[in-house]
Amino acid sequence: MSGPVVETRALWKRFGRRQAVTDLTFRVEAGECVGLLGPNGAGKTTTIRMLTGFAVPSAGEVRVLGLPFGPATARRIKAQVGMVSQEDSLDPDLSVEKNLLVYASYFGIPSREAVRRTEELIRFAELGDHRRERIKTLSGGMRRRLMLARALLNEPRLLILDEPTTGLDPQARRLVWERIRTLKRAGTTILLTTHYMEEAAQLCDRLIIMDAGRIVAEGDPGALIASQVGAEVIEVHLPDDADPAAVLARVGDGPWRSEHAGRMLYFYLRDGHADGVLARLGDLDVGRRRATLEDVFLTLTGHSLRD
Amino acid sequence: MAGSSIRPGVGALRVWRRNFESWKRFSGSFLVAALGNPIFYLASIGYGLGRFVANIDGLPYAVFLTPGILATAAMNSASFETTFGSFTRLHEQNTYAAILATPCSVADIVAGDLLWAATKSALAVFFVLIVTGAAGLLPSWLALGTLPVAFLSGLTFAALGMIATARAGSYAFFDYYFTLGISVMVFFCGVFFPLASLPVWAQDVAWFLPLTHAVRLSRSLVAGAPTGAMIADVAWLVTVAVAGFVVAERLIRRRLIL
Repeated sequence: MSGPVVETRALWKRFGRRQAVTDLTFRVEAGECVGLLGPNGAGKTTTIRMLTGFAVPSAGEVRVLGLPFGPATARRIKAQVGMVSQEDSLDPDLSVEKNLLVYASYFGIPSREAVRRTEELIRFAELGDHRRERIKTLSGGMRRRLMLARALLNEPRLLILDEPTTGLDPQARRLVWERIRTLKRAGTTILLTTHYMEEAAQLCDRLIIMDAGRIVAEGDPGALIASQVGAEVIEVHLPDDADPAAVLARVGDGPWRSEHAGRMLYFYLRDGHADGVLARLGDLDVGRRRATLEDVFLTLTGHSLRD
Repeated sequence: MAGSSIRPGVGALRVWRRNFESWKRFSGSFLVAALGNPIFYLASIGYGLGRFVANIDGLPYAVFLTPGILATAAMNSASFETTFGSFTRLHEQNTYAAILATPCSVADIVAGDLLWAATKSALAVFFVLIVTGAAGLLPSWLALGTLPVAFLSGLTFAALGMIATARAGSYAFFDYYFTLGISVMVFFCGVFFPLASLPVWAQDVAWFLPLTHAVRLSRSLVAGAPTGAMIADVAWLVTVAVAGFVVAERLIRRRLIL
């Protein structure tokens, strides 16, 4: 099949009076790893749900693997998609091995083939020492790896990961990243959502940043940083008695952008202007660093807390 | 999703299989639950109370009571499975969501759970048959016919339980279902005394309750005296099972698909 693996056109989703997703149009091409980023309530999970049949769009179209998603095609599409949901949905009464074998049966995978894939995936998920253990005894990282392994049983052409590493410690997270990179190298098309900018930077070829149900920016991580933020960031920790407006006035206008949040001031600069700004800030408590995706995220979606 | 198929397919058998795999290690507690209540009822009410009761329809009270206990065992087994069991899979463990991400449909999931619940009903009745048969409470070999009756009424009660599960916000909701639904049936569907002892209006109400028909079927079979009226009993159980499945599938779909 040529053409995009995922394609949405003018997708809308309303829950009662709440507009969860507004006029969403995007594509995921074969072999790409695309990250869906956004604060809580941005519409990421609702979007994923519409791509997997767990939510029906209020308007617009979803095409997955070239087929329009709908009652007539859901079975065929799901047979070729792997899905790791945000919530743990492993079978707690079954062992690691049985979880995989039973899940393979839902796809109608013949039992000999199911055993072969289960063996392969237990190795892939590094769960060989735990194959007969029940899910309750596994750590959070092991469960996530098993969720990932389970999503690969049907050898999917599209893998959808909804916050694959939320709640994991850094070591466990890195191991999951490593596994996802292995899949990327093998050419699997991946769409993932995440809150972690480092995760997005590490894994994704392209990012779609959402806020309040809409796409606010799209592009590869480097280009997004350059276009939305610049090269460098100067952060100023304001003392309690300092007036932010006075500090901003002292620095004045230039080829940079400033932002004020709480007791912090941020200056986003193109290359070559940091020294001038630092000089004007004098002896204030400042930090200087390279611009990151986190700056893009905060610039686009604001500093205020989302619940 | 409007228009998507409500007809279950081979996926239902795969869901049944999943439930069986998960149940295997709980089979010990199942045996206790399946046998405990019926034996206690028969011992205390059948023999204890039965001393003070004259024969009913020419049968000693314990023999009269046995088919009622068989039908109740089937009802309880299926009802627990699709309330506490299915709700756990729907709400606590996200099992339904995990299955729905595969080619299995909502209809497959609901049908698989109903088939599994009916299987447990038949299994529960099988064990009670062994015990009551050994105690000499089953005058006819036709009593074996209570096994398919248990499977059928198991489907009926499973479908009703599944509707309760689809409406439940928490386990506490099942207190209403069991107290106002299941218990009422245990006491007013002819398990402990002939329905004819009730006022006519109550008999009319009882006719609509599925347990009434499950008890009537079991009683005719245990007595070795099948009648033509059994067709109506079967027809009503099938009707409630099918209608219950259709409603349950719709309601569960609404909980899984936003």
